[in-house]
Amino acid sequence: MAVQETVETVEETGKYKYGFTTDIESELAPKGLSEDIVRFISAKKDEPEWMLEWRLDAYRRWLTMEEPTWAMVDYPKIDFQDLHYYAAPKEMEKLNSLDEVDPKLLETYEKLGIPLNEQMLLAGVAVDAVFDSVSVVTTFKEKLAEVGVIFCPFSEAVREHPELVKKYLGSVVPKSDNYYATLNSAVFSDGSFVYIPKGVRCPMELSTYFRINEANTGQFERTLIIAEEGSYVSYLEGCTAPQRDENQLHAAVVELVTMDDAEIKYSTVQNWYPGDEDGKGGIYNFVTKRGDCRGARSKISWTQVETGSAITWKYPSCILRGEGSVGEFYSIAISNNYQQVDSGTKMIHLGKNTSSRIISKGISAGRSTSTYRGLVSVHRKADGVRNFTQCDSLLIGDQCAAHTVPYIESNNPTAIMEHEATTSKISEDQLFYCRQRGLGEEDAVALLVNGFCRDVLQQLPMEFAVEAQKLVAISLEGSVG
Amino acid sequence: MLEIKDLHVEVGGKEILKGLSLTVNAGEVHAIMGPNGAGKSTLAYFMAGREGYKHISGSVTYKGQNLLDMAIEERASAGVFLAFQYPIEIPGVTTMTFLKTAVNAQRKARGEEELDAVRFLKLVRVKAKALNISDDMLRRPLNVGFSGGEKKRAETLQMSLLEPALAVLDETDSGLDIDALKIVAEGVNALRSPDRAMIVITHYQRLLDYIVPDKVHVLSNGRVVRSGGKELAMELEETGYGEISASAAQ
Ligand SMILES: Nc1ncnc2c1ncn2[C@@H]1O[C@H](COP(=O)(O)OP(=O)(O)OP(=O)(O)O)[C@@H](O)[C@H]1O
Ligand SMILES: [Mg+2]
Repeated sequence: MAVQETVETVEETGKYKYGFTTDIESELAPKGLSEDIVRFISAKKDEPEWMLEWRLDAYRRWLTMEEPTWAMVDYPKIDFQDLHYYAAPKEMEKLNSLDEVDPKLLETYEKLGIPLNEQMLLAGVAVDAVFDSVSVVTTFKEKLAEVGVIFCPFSEAVREHPELVKKYLGSVVPKSDNYYATLNSAVFSDGSFVYIPKGVRCPMELSTYFRINEANTGQFERTLIIAEEGSYVSYLEGCTAPQRDENQLHAAVVELVTMDDAEIKYSTVQNWYPGDEDGKGGIYNFVTKRGDCRGARSKISWTQVETGSAITWKYPSCILRGEGSVGEFYSIAISNNYQQVDSGTKMIHLGKNTSSRIISKGISAGRSTSTYRGLVSVHRKADGVRNFTQCDSLLIGDQCAAHTVPYIESNNPTAIMEHEATTSKISEDQLFYCRQRGLGEEDAVALLVNGFCRDVLQQLPMEFAVEAQKLVAISLEGSVG
Repeated sequence: MLEIKDLHVEVGGKEILKGLSLTVNAGEVHAIMGPNGAGKSTLAYFMAGREGYKHISGSVTYKGQNLLDMAIEERASAGVFLAFQYPIEIPGVTTMTFLKTAVNAQRKARGEEELDAVRFLKLVRVKAKALNISDDMLRRPLNVGFSGGEKKRAETLQMSLLEPALAVLDETDSGLDIDALKIVAEGVNALRSPDRAMIVITHYQRLLDYIVPDKVHVLSNGRVVRSGGKELAMELEETGYGEISASAAQ
């Protein structure tokens, strides 16, 4: 158990405005990872036997695996025994309405700029807020239930919709997919579950807010979204964490499934604490996100704005199985100071006439490095595949680096692939021109960078696009002059 | 408004402005003419604060302040505007967004209330219409793929929105067809007022038929070699710069 002090208010935290901690009593699992811890987590969640077995199986596989080293990131070895694998705000477990939520928690969310009340309804956003390991409250569940949409914490789905969870969990990202995904499968604590029934267009944006509060805690969410035939949902995920000197681990798994003619639009605004100017602290963000376009003409679209984390290792991908299905990846990755980003996407074309579109905008400042790693693969039997890839890098200053690593594996001669890549710098002339019109240097850089990212920002839902633009400006503070 | 005294400026290790003096009072429009390479753009850029220009000696005083002490954006907010001879492309930033950001940045710097989207939109529409700038152009990234004439009109639009106290127009007439020239000139004339001053750099006497200057200066080899009324422009049209420059060199 740990009692944290609210040391800084939002205003006082300076550069990273989400760096405050919340003074709240937590229940922590003892440090370290073992079968007992896996059982402990499962018991905490009141899970059925099959879920526990699933976790244990993953845990045993994880023990035999090795941490990947192929990404262009560099960090001290993580001691997986020095982490807490479960942290929950105390007395938070069985909640029926917002009134029962600890006011301090609600205050935290307010500081984060997500008012967790009726305002959300006005904004048309339903929020599932995950605080450390536990999903605190899901708003507007009833309104969604009217049209048959299920939107609930993952742990609740395990208890109340076991047939759906059993059917789809691990069907996109298998238990043994990769080191971090397997770890997640063993110890995932919570996350969101979404089910959109046949023919339903989800009446509001769904949104999950992740926040790591507790020190030395790993956060392992699990998100599963299923869109049945002809349905549509737009989902947004936002993330922040307090400012701490030690590094924190975040290893999430997201699985998306679309049936015939269904569409999922998944947007992420990731603003985990990136560490300070000297590279101290920050989140290690090792995430496995994958969508399976199972049905014909279905579509999965990933849009991400990555400004946070000390290290990002993330490749939202699409398996284009259904005939004529479409995968999209729009990404803005900004790295500053000592941040390291290795991100990109994989488009796996299995079905005929499938198409994919990749627009990646990498912005590097300070001493950061940013790598785009993309794979487009075309199966032997997939005729008529099309891919368009555009990777643009923008460098600010001369101590940062950007790399583009595109892999193309085409086993079918009918595939049409287009690839464009550019690397540019903000020119002195552009800065001078903007400043001559009255913009300060940092505002000028922010404007130019937002212009550079325009194609991707346009993909975000309106209200988040505005937020993202501000975030672009904040994350580049101090990068010029 | 503006007083430049014996200004010496180096670019790339070479002295380009060699003892230039110029005084412009509020309410006046001055035309600067002169051969290619004389230093006209250098003067304009230097006043705006562009990097790469080395101040050797002399002074530039704007509204009683040392202009050279001010940062680029401070000069802008204080009312110094430069219409570029070669406007810069700003990819991904629509003309509309750029204009709004600029106007509000200056308002903020001056402690004025920023304009909201609705009020700004109204204002732009009126000004753009006067300059024959279409909504479509306002939605395109600033200067990207604009024709030469469109760029110059966009510069004029920025000026008319920012309402500077001292506007320096560097060959804003170059590349304009005759209709556009009239439109731009009208835009400039609309800004003429007792508390504004303008410096119009041009190669063509024709522009001065529409923007009638109070004074005309000939800049040659880094100095003002002759000043006069608008009839000086006519004279230049006939004789060229050769004689004036030659007599000044002696
Ligand atoms: N960065 C530089 N390095 C070296 N010389 C420069 C540089 N910039 C300008 N010059 C020189 O300074 C001189 C003045 O240039 P400037 O652009 O001021 O002329 P101008 O009078 O505006 O000419 P134009 O009528 O052709 O526009 C020219 O000889 C030019 O080559
Ligand atoms: Mg010039």
